[in-house]
Amino acid sequence: MTWYIVRRILQGIPVFFGSTFIIFAMVFAMPGNPILRMFGDRTPSEAQIAALEAKFHLDQDFFTRYFLYLGDILQGNLGTTYAGQSVNEILARTFPTTLRLALLAIIIQLIIGVLAGLISGLRKGGIFDHATLLITLVLISVPVFVLAFVAQWFFGIELGWVRPTVGQGAPWQDLILPAIVLAALNMAYVVRLTRGSVIETNQMDFVRMAYGKGLSRRRIIPVHILRNSMIPVTTNLAADFGILIVGATVTEAIFNVPGVGNELFKAINRHDMPEIVSIVTILVIVYVFVNLLIDLLYGVLDPRIRYVKK
Amino acid sequence: MKKKSLALGLAAGVSAAVLALTGCAGGGSPAPTDGPVASGPAVTVNWGEPENALIPANTNEVNGGLVLNNLFAGLVYYEADGAWAYDAAESIESDDFQHWTIKVKPGQTFSDGSPVNAESFVKAWQWGASDPELLNQWWFIDAVPFDGGTYDGGEDTLSLEVVDDLTFTVDLLRPMADFPLALGYTVFFPLPESFFADPDAFGENPIGNGPYKIAENGWEHGTKLSVVPNETYTGPRVAQNSGVDFIVYASEDAQYADLLSDNLDIMQNVPQSALATFQADLGDRAVYQGNAVFQSFTIQPTLPHFAYDEEGTLRRAAISHAINREEITQVIFEGTRTPAEDFTSPVIAGFDPASIEGSDVLEFDPDKAVALWEQANAISPWSGSFQIAYNADSSHQAWVDATANSIKNVLGIDASGLPYPDFAGLRTEVNARTIPSAFRTGWQFDFPSQSNILGALYVTGAGSNDADYSNPEFDALFEQGVTSATLEEQVEAFNAAQALLFRDLPAIPLWYGATTAGFSTLVDNVEFGWDSWPILYAVTKAAQ
Repeated sequence: MTWYIVRRILQGIPVFFGSTFIIFAMVFAMPGNPILRMFGDRTPSEAQIAALEAKFHLDQDFFTRYFLYLGDILQGNLGTTYAGQSVNEILARTFPTTLRLALLAIIIQLIIGVLAGLISGLRKGGIFDHATLLITLVLISVPVFVLAFVAQWFFGIELGWVRPTVGQGAPWQDLILPAIVLAALNMAYVVRLTRGSVIETNQMDFVRMAYGKGLSRRRIIPVHILRNSMIPVTTNLAADFGILIVGATVTEAIFNVPGVGNELFKAINRHDMPEIVSIVTILVIVYVFVNLLIDLLYGVLDPRIRYVKK
Repeated sequence: MKKKSLALGLAAGVSAAVLALTGCAGGGSPAPTDGPVASGPAVTVNWGEPENALIPANTNEVNGGLVLNNLFAGLVYYEADGAWAYDAAESIESDDFQHWTIKVKPGQTFSDGSPVNAESFVKAWQWGASDPELLNQWWFIDAVPFDGGTYDGGEDTLSLEVVDDLTFTVDLLRPMADFPLALGYTVFFPLPESFFADPDAFGENPIGNGPYKIAENGWEHGTKLSVVPNETYTGPRVAQNSGVDFIVYASEDAQYADLLSDNLDIMQNVPQSALATFQADLGDRAVYQGNAVFQSFTIQPTLPHFAYDEEGTLRRAAISHAINREEITQVIFEGTRTPAEDFTSPVIAGFDPASIEGSDVLEFDPDKAVALWEQANAISPWSGSFQIAYNADSSHQAWVDATANSIKNVLGIDASGLPYPDFAGLRTEVNARTIPSAFRTGWQFDFPSQSNILGALYVTGAGSNDADYSNPEFDALFEQGVTSATLEEQVEAFNAAQALLFRDLPAIPLWYGATTAGFSTLVDNVEFGWDSWPILYAVTKAAQ
């Protein structure tokens, strides 16, 4: 088990170098000189362009810049933005907010999704089953920004139940609406997956055996059916994490959440190389880490899955 | 009789008091109604994280600029209509518009208690001109032709001299009658001694001499910046509220949602999605007024068929006549732009398009357009397509497509928009003169004078002369304008210069911008200036 974890973490190292390199190359290939953008409609003088290019190492070739950046990163310094702010500070400020938003979204989609999936799976063909089918169909087909605007207008402005945007310090109660919007799409998938999986498990021999043995439904449903149905849902969750972060970029902008998605969007607009590369790299690392966690979770859900030294 | 004389005496006493007040409050400009600093909640205004540290010489975007403008008092400030009045200066004088003597008002301090004197200005300007890395360095070279200013910079390059504690002199390379007007811009703010010890630390926590100062721990990056009234400020812009919170927003739609629910007091820009409805949504809380933004597209003379010769001039005029500006501003912009009538802006003093020869080239006239185009074809037949490049990272596609369609329908040629992914990409090709088409250009006035736009865009060799326009006649008229003693003389020269622009059309004027903004039910006395900025010190907010 320990060996497995160590091996997985070591595998993360080439992923880290690969992703920084690819992202760095992509930003490098973006056409246009970011210095000119800083001056708007005014054209700066040659001397100004040269001085600023030297300041941000824009006059160096690709590999020099990449190694300069790597050198910084290995010293724990994720670079400074063109505005002179430390990327470390920006990430320390924005990442916790995005993680809280993502966590809240995952909790919401798991609780509602699994519950709804379980009920409709156990009562296949009932009214509840048909209703959830319809609702999930709607949720899957509506783009996240439409849902966000409608929810913001309806709950925030018309009914006035919540603040339409997230207030200072991003308190939990303000994050609930964006989290629900963010959770909506994946929740629909969780419902579908849980339902199918529950129906399948419900027909397994060991479930019928448990009923035959005279166990109560109260014991059979959570322990025998639900636990065995969770593996596909868990796998889906790992894949969803990426979608969650992407969705967070849109949702964060609409609800004005001071998170990492917001920051990334602004950095791309500025061609802010160190900031873009650092944020995306951190996201990649988090993604790798979450996948490892999920893989370890399999073992908990199904004791037949074991990670041993090969 | 007795009664009357008593009344007279009283009136005299009052006016003496008023005189004393304005005397200390500003050089003859109307002082705001003085009173105790308001208590109650701070006024909130939408904002974005500044792109650079808050240093006057390095802040050239609106978010940092708005804050600095409220933290600092320059020698002069601008009133809502763009007229200038003394703020920190007592007088700015010159006999020849080239050698200026500036007197600073006595008794002023920065919010840390250090004095505001001639040194505070001279050292700040020398520092700002010293380094080409500073984004506003060009102000000391292009915008105002300081003697000694160069892009290479260096220490103490400007010809400034401290005469005594409160007086200093400025030498310019050539006369500039508008000099005091330019001095209201951010880059000319004074700096306290503490700045020079550590500019970076200062940029995080600037210490100014203006109506506001940053509250203790007031800057939460990415969330908000709080300022409170600076009680040591004695100028004409005394804060009428208990402070301002600049709230960071990621999108304009989020701001608008907050404005509608009274969670935001002042919104500086109504989002595109609400342009059609904001006046109905907000009623008399909607702000809609012209601002100092000029939009155009520029055609470089290297583009085939568009050189500054007979053919090119005919084609440029034909294209201008083929654009239905009235319809595009109504349909695409919901009437929030006004069709251009000249090369400047209606909110800048001296605007008088009716008396400029040739300004009728901006009228939509399909028949004339076709006739001119045919004349050009007789010189050299047209081939290819006419394209207008724009940056697709901002909402330009709709009007570019509409403009191209207007040209296409009238002239019967192939015309279309040419999208670039982002602004940096577009400007890089413009700057390298490799752009294969016409391209969108705009200008936001830096200071409220026609000389700002005419000098920066069309004078031979000017920094932002993207059209490579070079006309000695124009240059001479421009020179005559900037050295004119009165506005009337200046306008006469500039109008004659603009007549040349209408003949040659280095850029095709399109329309003027407008400030579309709004405020909440909790605030009063909200006014927006010529520069599109809200005048924050005057805003009052009732206690909730």
